[in-house]
Amino acid sequence: MSLVWIVVLPFAGSLCAAFVPSHARNAAAWLAGAVAVACVVLTLQHYTQIAEGGVAREELRWAPGLGLDFTFRMDGFAWLFAMLVTVMGALVVLYARYYMAPQDPVPRFFSFFLAFMGAMLGVVLSGNLIQLVVFWELTSLTSFMLIAYWYHRADARRGARMALTVTAAGGLCLLAGVLILGRIVGSYDLDIVLASGDLVRAHSWYLTALILIALGALTKSAQFPFHFWLPHAMAAPTPVSVYLHSATMVKAGVFLLVRLWPVLAGTDAWFWIIGTAGLLSLVLGAYAAIFQRDMKGVLAYSTISHLGLITLLLGLNSSLALIAAIFHIMNHATFKASLFMAAGMVDHESGTRDLSRLSGLYRAMPITATLAVVGAASMAGVPLFNGFLSKEMFFAETVFVSGHLITRVGLPIMAVIWGTFSVAYSLRLILQVFFGPQAADLPKKPHEPPIWMLFPSGLLVTACLVVGVIPGRTIGPYLDMASRSVLGPDMPFHSLAVWHGLNLPLIMSLMAMAGGVILYRALGKYQQGTAVVPLINHFDGQRIFEFLLEKLDSVAKGLNRWLSTSRLQVQLLLLISAAFASALIPLMHGGLPSGDRMVTAVNPAFGLMWLVGAACAIGAAAQAKYHRLAALSLTGAAGLATCMTFVWFSAPDLALTQLIVEVVTLVLLLLGLRWLPPRYKSIDDKLVPLQVRLRARTRRLRDLGLAVVAGGGLATLSYAVLTRQAGEGISPFFIENSLLLAGGANVVNVILVDFRGFDTMGEITVVGIVALTVFALLRRFRPAPESMGLPVQQQEQDAQAGGVPPDPHALLPEGSMMLPGVIVQLLLPVAGMVAVFFLLRGHNEPGGGFVAGLIVATAVILQYMVGGTAWAESRTRIYPQYWIALGLLCAAGAGSAAWAVSRPFLSALVWQPTLPLIGELHLSTVLLFDLGVFLLVIGATVLILVALAHQSRRGHRKPVTAHVETSATEPLAEPSAAHHATMHAPEPARLAQSVQTEARAALDANKED
Amino acid sequence: MEIVYALAIGVLTGSGVWLVLRPRTFQVIMGLSLLSYAVNLFIFGMGRLAVGGAPIIDALKQADPSLYDDPVPQALVLTAIVIGFATTALFLVVLLASRGLTGNDHVDGDRDSDEAES
Repeated sequence: MSLVWIVVLPFAGSLCAAFVPSHARNAAAWLAGAVAVACVVLTLQHYTQIAEGGVAREELRWAPGLGLDFTFRMDGFAWLFAMLVTVMGALVVLYARYYMAPQDPVPRFFSFFLAFMGAMLGVVLSGNLIQLVVFWELTSLTSFMLIAYWYHRADARRGARMALTVTAAGGLCLLAGVLILGRIVGSYDLDIVLASGDLVRAHSWYLTALILIALGALTKSAQFPFHFWLPHAMAAPTPVSVYLHSATMVKAGVFLLVRLWPVLAGTDAWFWIIGTAGLLSLVLGAYAAIFQRDMKGVLAYSTISHLGLITLLLGLNSSLALIAAIFHIMNHATFKASLFMAAGMVDHESGTRDLSRLSGLYRAMPITATLAVVGAASMAGVPLFNGFLSKEMFFAETVFVSGHLITRVGLPIMAVIWGTFSVAYSLRLILQVFFGPQAADLPKKPHEPPIWMLFPSGLLVTACLVVGVIPGRTIGPYLDMASRSVLGPDMPFHSLAVWHGLNLPLIMSLMAMAGGVILYRALGKYQQGTAVVPLINHFDGQRIFEFLLEKLDSVAKGLNRWLSTSRLQVQLLLLISAAFASALIPLMHGGLPSGDRMVTAVNPAFGLMWLVGAACAIGAAAQAKYHRLAALSLTGAAGLATCMTFVWFSAPDLALTQLIVEVVTLVLLLLGLRWLPPRYKSIDDKLVPLQVRLRARTRRLRDLGLAVVAGGGLATLSYAVLTRQAGEGISPFFIENSLLLAGGANVVNVILVDFRGFDTMGEITVVGIVALTVFALLRRFRPAPESMGLPVQQQEQDAQAGGVPPDPHALLPEGSMMLPGVIVQLLLPVAGMVAVFFLLRGHNEPGGGFVAGLIVATAVILQYMVGGTAWAESRTRIYPQYWIALGLLCAAGAGSAAWAVSRPFLSALVWQPTLPLIGELHLSTVLLFDLGVFLLVIGATVLILVALAHQSRRGHRKPVTAHVETSATEPLAEPSAAHHATMHAPEPARLAQSVQTEARAALDANKED
Repeated sequence: MEIVYALAIGVLTGSGVWLVLRPRTFQVIMGLSLLSYAVNLFIFGMGRLAVGGAPIIDALKQADPSLYDDPVPQALVLTAIVIGFATTALFLVVLLASRGLTGNDHVDGDRDSDEAES
């Protein structure tokens, strides 16, 4: 399982680091370092197996039917890359420990860092293409968080957003490409895909897949024309740039190209797409690098250029070029990381990275200067450094490229031009910063950084030198192993040597070096005070990107305005019309023939009942505007007719539930009525302008028309269904098995608590959540000013009592409510007993947890209605929130009890003991489940009603006048999100901002009051 | 009976749709109540209408599906009734909050359209 561990360990470490206190930077650094080193060790363990040409594979089954498994796979190339990621990770952790300032929240940095490392290792070790894309997108996300680590800086936020937009969009293209690839091959398994190269290349979808995958890879590796995000990502802390933007993340793109090389490469399309992107990035990146003022800017453009080199090599469709590409991936990582580290150290110790201000630093920082010189020499491709070797291999490849005259002559020329540029910017970087006269006006007095900060850079630089001098003995076997794992048996002969004789590539190198020195001399003056890149300054990817984003925004806004409305009435009108129309469509062919089922004769009583019911419904519709209470009563009557219908047509459970829900809903709405504004029929309609009246009339007519049509339509539809035979459904199963399998006679209840118990579980969860939402919404409830005062009736009642407020601790409510008070108190235990009765018999007779719960809730709310809120609340012993929690726990417990005997969730367990006197008992976890439903329904209903009833108590309070000063000085009076923000973020800017929010909220509150 | 049942659904739907399209929040909440009756009856009707066939198995008789009413729509409606209550409560509270925040009871919290009553 050690492959899985390599990926899991960093994520676990990330989680741990997230919980380390924000000042404990040493603990976080030790943790991150330990994880990185452990991953190095785990990777090393696989070496012997991989070196023999084996492939390590580990699988975790997930959804095999869909071809989705967690597959981890390590071959030579993956091993080399995993080593790169883990070793670099360990070095960067050490570097970051000394780089990050103590006042930064360092554990958060390491948490993101480790998450990134895990994601990157996931990409490298994925054996399934879909899984690879998931990890790929994870690297984009984590890199977003790392770039935006100093999120108080606008450039960091902007850079992070840009990087995420570009790379995540590329990731989506990659996903599409991978899906096509998987479709062609018939599997997402990497081994199978890698073996199907011929099939893929011959397929008609090949080009589409190639373009999509190339988009993914090129965005990730910051290749032209998507390169612009990388320089902006330099706003990240330097350790992030070292790790992500030189060694690992930007290499993910070229990693993928190498990985899929056996499948996709070898065609003209590949050559032109990948090769062109690589060539343009190679030359333009190097050209732009010459003119940067920021040290990291130079390195960023140089990275684009070097990644372009790798991409171009891969695009050349030659096995030797592939070997060179893998070699350069490693070389670039070592020298560029060391240079980024040097740039970070210069920044850290001198306070600036501006090339026009820095000068002569070698006197103050001799070790840093030496390290940077070696790194830059390798970057420029000076002999005896590793950069020279891969550059020579590149030159050789360009010389031997076959085909068109343009490519045959053009490529070597471009290569020399690139070489010239890279020598020029390397020279400039070193000479400007470390040599020349000593700079006088630096923000800090520069000095050498701590030894452990120098150490990682030193190690990398040593590697550059050792590999550069004896390549065959050091990197040789590993490179051979990695290349062999990609190329398979047709591995060409190659030799890593410093001296190949005086050949064309060497001459090209010499020309580039001479050219670079001349170019640097020639540009010397020009470069001093400008960051403008001549010739290509106008083709700024960033500007195009922002322009596109803005356009996208405005188009979306326009579409939104055009296609949607914020007005509820219009939305509902469209919704109902659409529903009606879609119901009509199937009737277009052949209409609606009459059914064949026997129609039963109309029972006059039933007809009369619905005559009343319909009248009540229409009456409610007519009265809901001006006579709310009447409308409420009429709706209740219609509900009663519905309830009777359930009784009539053999649905006792529904009737019971409907009846009690009817009561509870009525109480609920009555409680709400108090807070609605009064509405009187306007006495003089003539005051309203004629036009407005006419418009209102047309609208009403339209709505009436729609209502009649909708009602008629649903009536017709219902009639059509009722006069047809029922189709063969699943119902017979439930009826036949209810007693047999579940031991319950009441099939409806058995379906709810046993057969479909999982649905009910979800349902009661929803009810609980709704209750809590209602409670939460009402806590911040601000009644409208005119409904603040006591209602007239209550004022009269208070006047009768002589202005003395009722005593909440009295045994019984005072005055006329005393007698009802006695009755209601006596009712509570009776209601409880009735509820238990319904609960217990629910399995075999009408009843069950829902009904029982609602009965208790009704009894509780009666106490409120009769005794008053204050009186009832002074007696509350058990809080409804607990009932909700208990109910859910009970139901979940009943469900998970089945696990104890290795049966699936919510299977019923039956226990039939025989007790003296009572006889045989039938006990089952289903009863426990129903008990959970019961408890939850009590809790939820009571919580909703009580929360609403409680509002009448805050109603008499004086309106809260929140003043700017008081609310700003009393932050704990009413804890709110804004206050939390103030307490946790000490920066003055945030403080000011939150005070501002406060002030605005207070102003709003004033307006309301 | 079927015709009465269908007409009842039609009237409830019609009243509900009319109310749902009104501009006052209370009207909408009443409309939703009426609509939910209609929808519950409609779903219940999918099991066809039967008198005296409550789906409670008589141990003496056999568990023959033809003797009993369809239990599945009943189970669905039972769930719908309870959830309907919960959503009504939620809507009521949202209504009250919006009333407090906007100072009126228009569905869009829109003072300007108060004049153009409909």
